[in-house]
Amino acid sequence: MALSRSNWRSRSESVVIPLAALMVALVLFGIFCMFGGKNPFAVYAAIFKTAFGSWNAFQGTLLRAAPLMLTALCTALPARLGLMVIGNEGALVLGGLGAAAVGLILSYGSITPNPAQLQTTLGLAPTVVQIGMALGGIIAGGIWIAIVGALRHYRAVNETISSLLMNYIAIALLNHLVEGPWKDPASLNKPSTFPIPELYRLGNIGSTRIHYGLIYGLLACAIAYFLIQHTTFGFAARTAGGNVKAARIAGLPVGKLTIIICFLAGSCAGLAGMVEVAAVQGQANASIVAGYGYAGILVAFIARYNALAAAVVAILLGGIINSGGALQRSFGMPDATVLVFQGLVFLVVLYSESLYGRFKIFKEPEIPIAPPPVPSAAVPV
Amino acid sequence: MAAEALGWWGVPLGILAGTLRGSAPFLFVSLGECLTEKSGKINLGLEGTLLTGAMSAYAISYLASDKWGIPTSVSPWLGVLVAGCAGMILGFIHAWLSQQPKVNDIAVGIAMIIFGSGIAFYFGKAFIQPKAPQLPTIDLGNWSAMPAVQSALKISPLFIFGVLLAPLMAWFFKSTRWGLFVRAVGDSPDAALAMGVSIKRVRMLCIIAGSFLAGIGGACLSLYYPGLWSESISSGQGLMAVALVIFARWNPVQCLWASLFFGGAQAIGPALQSVGVDQGRYLFNAMPYILTLLIMIITCSPKKTLSGAPGALGTING
Repeated sequence: MALSRSNWRSRSESVVIPLAALMVALVLFGIFCMFGGKNPFAVYAAIFKTAFGSWNAFQGTLLRAAPLMLTALCTALPARLGLMVIGNEGALVLGGLGAAAVGLILSYGSITPNPAQLQTTLGLAPTVVQIGMALGGIIAGGIWIAIVGALRHYRAVNETISSLLMNYIAIALLNHLVEGPWKDPASLNKPSTFPIPELYRLGNIGSTRIHYGLIYGLLACAIAYFLIQHTTFGFAARTAGGNVKAARIAGLPVGKLTIIICFLAGSCAGLAGMVEVAAVQGQANASIVAGYGYAGILVAFIARYNALAAAVVAILLGGIINSGGALQRSFGMPDATVLVFQGLVFLVVLYSESLYGRFKIFKEPEIPIAPPPVPSAAVPV
Repeated sequence: MAAEALGWWGVPLGILAGTLRGSAPFLFVSLGECLTEKSGKINLGLEGTLLTGAMSAYAISYLASDKWGIPTSVSPWLGVLVAGCAGMILGFIHAWLSQQPKVNDIAVGIAMIIFGSGIAFYFGKAFIQPKAPQLPTIDLGNWSAMPAVQSALKISPLFIFGVLLAPLMAWFFKSTRWGLFVRAVGDSPDAALAMGVSIKRVRMLCIIAGSFLAGIGGACLSLYYPGLWSESISSGQGLMAVALVIFARWNPVQCLWASLFFGGAQAIGPALQSVGVDQGRYLFNAMPYILTLLIMIITCSPKKTLSGAPGALGTING
């Protein structure tokens, strides 16, 4: 009888509390807007309208959600192991560089093709080049975060600080490459790599303006969820995340788990970089550093490291980011407004962590359990 | 650049000048972080505090002299004070939030980076253009006829203040009653509790005081060197300072040496550029990050906890 109890109450707790936190953050943001002399309700309305108000607006939201889903996994996966990796931005940049390099090599035979090579492509099928670019992004981003995991395991280097430092190193590497060895001489104002030929870029889904990156994001979230919740590998990872010592005693290869999970995490963010290069920019340049990495950390936190929830939260946050432009245009608010809002959401969500288990409503009612029929003689004194 | 007249001598001179100038923010943030970590909490959010400090110092210095008619000899100092106070507000949020049950202080730090930089960019948008009065400098280079040497030896009084603060803080930890409380709370909260010390209050005060110092570090950036306000002004210096504290083994005096070292590493790129070495300038500018990472790889070890590390650091307890 006790076994058949459903746990809908504790499940609803993990939905209601983050939603309430979002609401509180919205109210705080409204107060912040009021101090700036803006009508908070007009601001809310503008955010809603530009984020979810029409199919066209929603497409823009989904476009921004796609990379967020992927970068969120970069924090969410290692978090199941108890690691706080925030190298999302760096892995995204590395993934973008990797994808651009592979894409150019498969298109022209060289990362810096000479004018003669630029005339004709090698003639590979678009699918081949696209798969190559995706692999380039996945491997480059994966190795980048796997380094963080290896440093954590072998040298006990704090993964938060090392991954954050590696973000800066990755951006420096990007700037170095696009302004130096990999530069397209034709890109004057905005140094970039050579562009990937139109033919090989990621197209849009049907007649929408949403590119296939959204499918990548949704698939990655679904796969990550399945991997963590329904496989022995995921079970091992969650065990090690719960108690490293117990996992070691049980004979789990903690080091291998750490490095593999970090590789997978980085490869997701790397794929986001590939999407930015192959679908949005068409080439690697400083524009791929657009803050998706840091916003991805927030998505992972709000989703409580659940990959499926991350997909939903990414759409919500994508909407907020999407509305940033409108806030700037119609209210004259600086573009950092969105950053302030993200910070507020983050802080309130963190506070809400301390509320779990504090409300009686979410507790399962105590069903009086009948005492066992046989007086327990099995318990040794 | 005047360094051209000096030829290759401009490189060591540039590094020296960069060390004296660029190490001030590292020094303040690392001392602030040192105080915070001694009490057993980590504050990664000092990056956001640094940015907010830089913005508020610059904005107040500009507004005070241009709009409120306060003389330019006073207004930058007002900016420094306000920067410290802005840091204290952020520090209060961090201290309150990170001491809630089940809330991870590293996560709060990340949130505070986003929130602090959001606040700094939001209010700082209007101050990117105007020129704010700068802090006065103490010229130690008047003995030399070379303008390059003279400009290299212009030292900020804030830097001297920071240099004096480091041994003072070491003395505070070692020889005062309050220093003992801080160390007790950070090393062994149970012992602190037995002494009748309020863990929450000590940590609250330490984090707020540490954030005050980080705010002043931000003022060093915007009112001394590089002496302007832009959104990329700190570029991770607040985070590097956190790693620097580990390198300095939670010892304020070693924080001073480490800050000088980092200031020097940061100056290598610009110094080479001034003599015309432009190849790979982004990679040279990334030197401090690479160096921080290398230092962490060398100093950390999976076998033992670091010597000097506060016992309660990174553990979850009230």
